[in-house]
Amino acid sequence: MPQQPTNAPARAGGVAVPPSAGPVHLTINGQQHTLQLAPWTTLLDALREYLNLTGTKKGCDHGQCGACTVLIDGKRINSCLSLAVMHEGEEITTIEGLGTTESLHPLQQAFIDHDAFQCGYCTPGQICSAQGLINEGKARTEDEIRELMSGNLCRCGAYIGILNAVKEVVEKK
Amino acid sequence: MNPFTYHRATAVDDAVRDKAGHSNAAYIGGGTNLIDLMKENVERPTHLVSVGKLPLAAIENLPDGGLRLGATATNADTAWNDEVKSRYPLLNQAILAGASPQLRNMATNGGNLLQRTRCYYFYDLATPCNKREPGSGCSAIGGYNRIHAILGTSEACIATHPSDMCVALAALAPTVRVSGPGGERSIAFEEFHRLPGDQPEKDNTLEPGELIVSLDLPAKSFEKNFSYLKLRDRSSYAFALISVAAALELEGNTITDARLALGGVAHKPWRDQEAENMLKGQPATAETFARVAAKVLENAQGQGSNNFKIELARRAIVRALRQAAEGSQTASDVFLNSNP
Repeated sequence: MPQQPTNAPARAGGVAVPPSAGPVHLTINGQQHTLQLAPWTTLLDALREYLNLTGTKKGCDHGQCGACTVLIDGKRINSCLSLAVMHEGEEITTIEGLGTTESLHPLQQAFIDHDAFQCGYCTPGQICSAQGLINEGKARTEDEIRELMSGNLCRCGAYIGILNAVKEVVEKK
Repeated sequence: MNPFTYHRATAVDDAVRDKAGHSNAAYIGGGTNLIDLMKENVERPTHLVSVGKLPLAAIENLPDGGLRLGATATNADTAWNDEVKSRYPLLNQAILAGASPQLRNMATNGGNLLQRTRCYYFYDLATPCNKREPGSGCSAIGGYNRIHAILGTSEACIATHPSDMCVALAALAPTVRVSGPGGERSIAFEEFHRLPGDQPEKDNTLEPGELIVSLDLPAKSFEKNFSYLKLRDRSSYAFALISVAAALELEGNTITDARLALGGVAHKPWRDQEAENMLKGQPATAETFARVAAKVLENAQGQGSNNFKIELARRAIVRALRQAAEGSQTASDVFLNSNP
């Protein structure tokens, strides 16, 4: 699976000249941005390659791992399977918009307290997904949290810590 | 991805007109399946018509007592809709059994019907596939086919339809309303998806340019006695090896009406109306369910790696019918595999 950003020309050879990039207006973490993007630029690549918001991670780039999870109007989605241009007029929240190093988001603090990561690569997606889960307000029990966090994989296997961290914040709500 | 141009449609007729004005155009709703396939170069549209923001997201009661599910309502909003939860809990459970919370927040109802098979050879450009490239051959027949179909296959294709939602819909039998260059029409859900035959490249009976506008559920919803049973390789976030949507109407212990549909077994959600008729008038017993399960699978054919699915499906049908008769499933905010 090629890992090149989706704004790069896809495959050489016989492809027609691509349409030029156009202005795309995005509201990210409360700030408005106007970017010159080709229509095939995914939201994930727009964040990472054009805005240097590299907290959102590219894992599988196919909607299977959840590392790229961001919030759109408070709802969690996979930013790798969505085009940036589809999100004009919406509020996009990334991990950078949830907390800062000076003032951690309660989920960030809970992930530290519960040892909920090793390498940390899946963590921004886990935390954005957990915020989406809290916004939904559907998960109450441990089994329900596990099921509704199942779109986020952790290859270090820190699931026990992740569950405990999310549970702590869910229970405080 | 292939380069393409993009248009955000402002109305249904704008979408239909814009698509008709471009060769090799595709509608995009949530994008969860199409963008994945475009990254793999399986789909290579040169123009996208975005329909996800069309005003088709409402879920509203119909005069006949049914419920209209807008085509652009997300799978999550549909599953958690109060009317769906109280009146169509089978649909609530089937939707929540599929994909992940993130994908359900993106995926639309119309797009769920139109998602394509997850056959590995369909995704693998290095291998022949009649669905991807008509006439090139089927690599799954004689290949590794553990996830493939056991019913309604052809010599050209043994792919399965991947949806959970559509298995419940097959049981509930809604009407699919579409709009296209030739105007509006309605398609019975049973007629919407098709078997592969010698044209496996066609997943459904939509005419070129037609756009799904809504799914209209009939009033009859089997809200008391139903089961959505999903069997898969891990307990969450995996496609079904076998799934069963079972719905019963009972008077005492006698079955007065029944619906039975399977997922993971065929090129389309597999509803068996003969099996449903066999259930009617019979007592809701293990013997009845075993007889019906045997009938559903009498023409089932394994392909080697998936032979286990025949026995798995037989047992799943019996278990789902028993769960439905017991009324042990209810609508929920979460689909848990631990359902009895």
